[in-house]
Amino acid sequence: MKLFSYTRAESAEAAARAGAGGATRFIAGGTNLVDLMKLQVETPETLVDISRLPLDRIEEREDGGLTIGALVPNSDLAADARVTDRYEVLARALLAGASGQLRNKATTGGNLLQRTRCYYFYDVATPCNKRVPGSGCAAREGYNRILAVLGTSEKCIATHPSDMAVAMRALDATVVTLKPDGDRRRIALGDFYRLPGDTPEVETVLEPGELITAVELPAPVAGARHLYRKVRDRASYAFALVSVAGVVATEGDTVTSAALAFGGLGPMPWRNPEVEAAIVGRPASDETFAAAADALLADARGFGSNDFKIPLARRTLIASLRELTGK
Amino acid sequence: MHFTINGQAYDAEVDIRTTLLDLAREHLGLTGSKKGCDHGQCGACTMLVDGRRVNSCLCLAVMHQDAEITTIEGLGQVEKLHPMQAAFVKHDGYQCGYCTPGQICSAVGMLDEVARGWASYVSDDLSSAELTDEEISERMSGNLCRCAAYPNIVDAIREVATGEDREPVARAAEEVAA
Repeated sequence: MKLFSYTRAESAEAAARAGAGGATRFIAGGTNLVDLMKLQVETPETLVDISRLPLDRIEEREDGGLTIGALVPNSDLAADARVTDRYEVLARALLAGASGQLRNKATTGGNLLQRTRCYYFYDVATPCNKRVPGSGCAAREGYNRILAVLGTSEKCIATHPSDMAVAMRALDATVVTLKPDGDRRRIALGDFYRLPGDTPEVETVLEPGELITAVELPAPVAGARHLYRKVRDRASYAFALVSVAGVVATEGDTVTSAALAFGGLGPMPWRNPEVEAAIVGRPASDETFAAAADALLADARGFGSNDFKIPLARRTLIASLRELTGK
Repeated sequence: MHFTINGQAYDAEVDIRTTLLDLAREHLGLTGSKKGCDHGQCGACTMLVDGRRVNSCLCLAVMHQDAEITTIEGLGQVEKLHPMQAAFVKHDGYQCGYCTPGQICSAVGMLDEVARGWASYVSDDLSSAELTDEEISERMSGNLCRCAAYPNIVDAIREVATGEDREPVARAAEEVAA
């Protein structure tokens, strides 16, 4: 690990100001950052410790939603009765992620900002455009079993590893931030992440020093069923090969609303309105579900070892929709 | 830096990069916690920090100076074993023993999570936490055992949690029948 200087932020405002300098990282749970620092994938000059800021509460919103403080640990969020009662997809996604020990430390904001688990991003002996811009991508021709089939670019085929973020994407969450100049902004999670394009090292729209303070969830969809289905290489404590977060409502045999987001497929929690358009207003049938899978995977592209994800995603989506509609 | 570990105050002059695990092992002589992977993947380093189980290899010591830290040494000693330690001995919940301190600290933290009603990935009902063998396995998945002593680890944890002492022979017969 490279030497760094350490400072403990006394307020969110002070943290954002301290974070505006170059080569600065916020640290809270540290479950991903400390690991990356050991490997010297991350070499911050300054760590700003935000772990004691009062951003660890879950509060009711007037619109019937919830405001989740950025420092709420994943395990506390998964166990909160308001989450398990109203946002089951989120509780299930959180419980599908990592281990008990990691969930106790990992925070809501940090989970959103965790880095890809692409092997080549972690292996500093190999080229990686995300780690060292312009160095190349070893994954395209390498072991890419766990990597993306949607939203990739010539420069990068990494996946975003979060389960939590996939559920939040299906729930239309909003990220609340504080900038170094004191301005706050609210960013729809759908606008929060960036596709890799030519700059895979830039993963979000956050500006230097901009601190996530909370995540807002809108009021839950009345009468909808929730599901988080995760397919992985072992039964527990593994990242998703494919995951589906679904919030779907039906009336009789007809799908009346659908929110579907996917993990393990792309560089961000993946959501495509054409998938939902293929099923809303349609009968809940395998024909409808196959059309949704066609829409999801129309532009999918494998890189050899991960070709299997395309049929796996199709089957996982169809199985998820059967469960969500009681078929 | 100042620390409170197993109820005892410690002062230590350590590099800012020191993890809780290295602090305990290399600087304070508390070598019960083990370094397996050093990357949060194996659980051998599990400690209780403010009562919650965490991977101490991923905790910077400087950030935990005002925490109450418990290591395996704080749970029990040879002359006075913690019930979880005694159960691991009774059920032979190890072979080489390297992962055992982490398994035991994790199991103690896990049972506290169950007592608080936390569900797991395999819970049908998110509002309850009934401790089946499947639940124990899921909740302990952050602790790897390279010797694969898992059946006996589950036996040990189940006995501490429920008092049920199931004979290995009976368990094997049930598994064959299933």
